[in-house]
Amino acid sequence: MADNGESNIQNHMLVPKHIKLSEEQAAIILKKYNVSKKQLPKIKQKDPALTGLDAVHGDIIEIIRNTPTVGKSSYYRVVV
Amino acid sequence: MLKNLIEKYKDLPDNLVQDIEKIVKEQKLSSEDIKKVFKKVMEEYEVSKIVPGEAIGVVTAESFGEPGTQMILRVFHFAGVAEMSLTLGLSRLIEIFDARKIPSTPKTEVYLKKKFSSDIKTIRKIAAMIKETSLNDVVREFSTNLTLFRVEIILDPVGMRDLNVTKKQVIDSLEREDFNVKETKDFIYVRHNDEDAKFVDLFRLKEKLKKVLIKGVKGITQVLPVKMGGEFIIMCAGSNLKDIAKIEGVDEKRIVTNNLFLIAETFGIEAARNMIIKESLDVIKNEGLNIDIRHIMFLADVMTSGGVIKGITRSGITSEKESVLARACFETPIKHLIKASVTGEVDNLNSVIENILLNQNVPVGTGLPDLVAKMVGEEEARMSKKRKEKKVKKGKKKK
Repeated sequence: MADNGESNIQNHMLVPKHIKLSEEQAAIILKKYNVSKKQLPKIKQKDPALTGLDAVHGDIIEIIRNTPTVGKSSYYRVVV
Repeated sequence: MLKNLIEKYKDLPDNLVQDIEKIVKEQKLSSEDIKKVFKKVMEEYEVSKIVPGEAIGVVTAESFGEPGTQMILRVFHFAGVAEMSLTLGLSRLIEIFDARKIPSTPKTEVYLKKKFSSDIKTIRKIAAMIKETSLNDVVREFSTNLTLFRVEIILDPVGMRDLNVTKKQVIDSLEREDFNVKETKDFIYVRHNDEDAKFVDLFRLKEKLKKVLIKGVKGITQVLPVKMGGEFIIMCAGSNLKDIAKIEGVDEKRIVTNNLFLIAETFGIEAARNMIIKESLDVIKNEGLNIDIRHIMFLADVMTSGGVIKGITRSGITSEKESVLARACFETPIKHLIKASVTGEVDNLNSVIENILLNQNVPVGTGLPDLVAKMVGEEEARMSKKRKEKKVKKGKKKK
């Protein structure tokens, strides 16, 4: 494994792209799906895939999955 | 033109848009036709969406249930390649969905970087580097010399040759672990670090010595180079991602294990979700069965929605249900009911099972929406007047 273990985790074939959403983007998403943060699926703050994003409690993470059924699709998790 | 349409129909999934683009290019459609194609595809897409209120959980359960009856039961056999046993079939599927901490047959698939994956000799070499070799594997005899108070180790030359281990390597690895090692011509001996050690400590030392790692990766008991999809990979029994990834030539971007919790720990919850899908799909395909991947994806989503892997068991996702009655319906009903009555829990009867128990309208499908009507303006006034009249009439009748 190379020196920086962080980038390696994000490059692994099982790990989809994680993006931290800004406040405004998060508000749009919550409105679009008509949900509260509490109702979203969760992701732990210590999750290895979040290294380098410095996400804090309550942030919404957009995950761009590559699914066999629809191609690229977005999934949202809230940091707990 | 095409871009405008893609923007207009951005709700369409990626795959469909790509397919349309491909067809447009191949058939050289006119802009009118492209519009028609998009409209028709959008219509079909809307129709094929799941209807609100559909009980998808039950559909998933049924889709797994029927093919599950045809799966092989409790087989612990050699899968395809020799020398490596794997749990397959229903028992493996149960293992995945119950989220067992350690799979009964841990396995790691090690892919190699392109440079290393063509030559079988280098592959064997890397495989030998991965395999765990403890002192016990290269020793003919351990003996405790009580008079001189030391453990004497006679090495096995044949075993050492087979495993490609030298005497120096053995001594080095013992010294690395802070053992007091000395070498003679015929054997090596180890003294206890503590001067006042008792006899019991000497025996403990002997047992400890047996487990000392000479080379390789801890936990990997078997290695097997296998050809898969045009390239060689190394199948390892046992799971240890971090240490294997450190070995030169190993492609750390593609190393996977069937230990879901280890995946979640090293690569995060999303990777674990992908692995749940991959592993269960493998089992199902192996059996020659066909379950739609959407069901598996749905299950994987449910299992990972809390940020950690939770099995479909009474301690897993079922324990998170809000309703007491729903929890009691799954397993250990008395425990749940007693606990709820002691703590004074309230059941709002919001979900399905409770309402089935109580013979009420179930909030699924057509039972989900309620009729809500809002009256405005004159209509409202007329209605409220009627209501008042009714009340008055009723009052009179009572009298």
